[in-house]
Amino acid sequence: MEGKIAIVGSGDSITVFKAAGVSAFAAENADRAKELIRKIAKDYKIIFVTEELYAPLTGFLKRFDEQPYPVVLSVPTSEGSDYGKELLKSAMERALGVDILFND
Amino acid sequence: MARLNVNPTRMEMKKLKGRLDTAVRGHKLLKDKSDEMIRRFSVMIKENKALRDEVEKELSKTLKDFSVARSVTSPYSAEAAFAMPSVEVKADCAVQSVMGVEVPKISVSTARRSDELPYAYPEITSEADYSVERAGALIPKLLHLAEVEKSVRMLADEIERNKRRVNALEYVMIPQLQETIKYIKSKLDENERAAVIRLMKVKSKA
Repeated sequence: MEGKIAIVGSGDSITVFKAAGVSAFAAENADRAKELIRKIAKDYKIIFVTEELYAPLTGFLKRFDEQPYPVVLSVPTSEGSDYGKELLKSAMERALGVDILFND
Repeated sequence: MARLNVNPTRMEMKKLKGRLDTAVRGHKLLKDKSDEMIRRFSVMIKENKALRDEVEKELSKTLKDFSVARSVTSPYSAEAAFAMPSVEVKADCAVQSVMGVEVPKISVSTARRSDELPYAYPEITSEADYSVERAGALIPKLLHLAEVEKSVRMLADEIERNKRRVNALEYVMIPQLQETIKYIKSKLDENERAAVIRLMKVKSKA
């Protein structure tokens, strides 16, 4: 089964992906991104969302965890942040109850 | 622990014993499943972390390079150059099962050819070429990260659900059944003793 790839984000970070062959959707704020994701969730199997848009939508994006597809992944922007790690940490704490990665 | 509201009869006791048996066996199975899921999970989350670190580092470097490269050209022509991509990356999406959880399995099906840039060379600086190329090369990694991260999250949910089931069996179901069986047993024993005493009384009168 073949699936298309999309990226939802703002500014520069999506342009380079667009050039690399990923469908890019520009969203200037979280509400707009939410609408966009809802619209494209059926057509695209894999959706990258830039971190600054992913963070406010975490609750909304949780519903995609019930099924294998679509896969929604947060990608860092040029500023970079630790949001992806936080997501990882919360998943780990829910499943194991202890921190086995970041306890250094 | 509250006992179940049932009649203290032999029939009921037999039924409850059957249920207790099933509950104990189910509990053991679920507990084993939970252990194995946690083992797999800890392996996967380590992979996820390593991959995430790697991808984040490369991506932020690529994006930084790209924004530098872009700033050299005018925003309008840069926009025009990147507006029509010449390749479309597609992913092969399958489903695999990890401990009964259906997780995605993604592989790249359209590999990008590096000599096909989506714009004419005079428009854009060579730095932009490199960053676009690097972004293209990064996509398989990003897809792999997407697969692993989604699997980790789905597995985490499943572990949580499973834990709840195990606890419900261990701390509610099984004690309840045991309590009820004990209650029925004592009731039946009491009835039996009453019957014996009654017989003795009747006999001693005769």
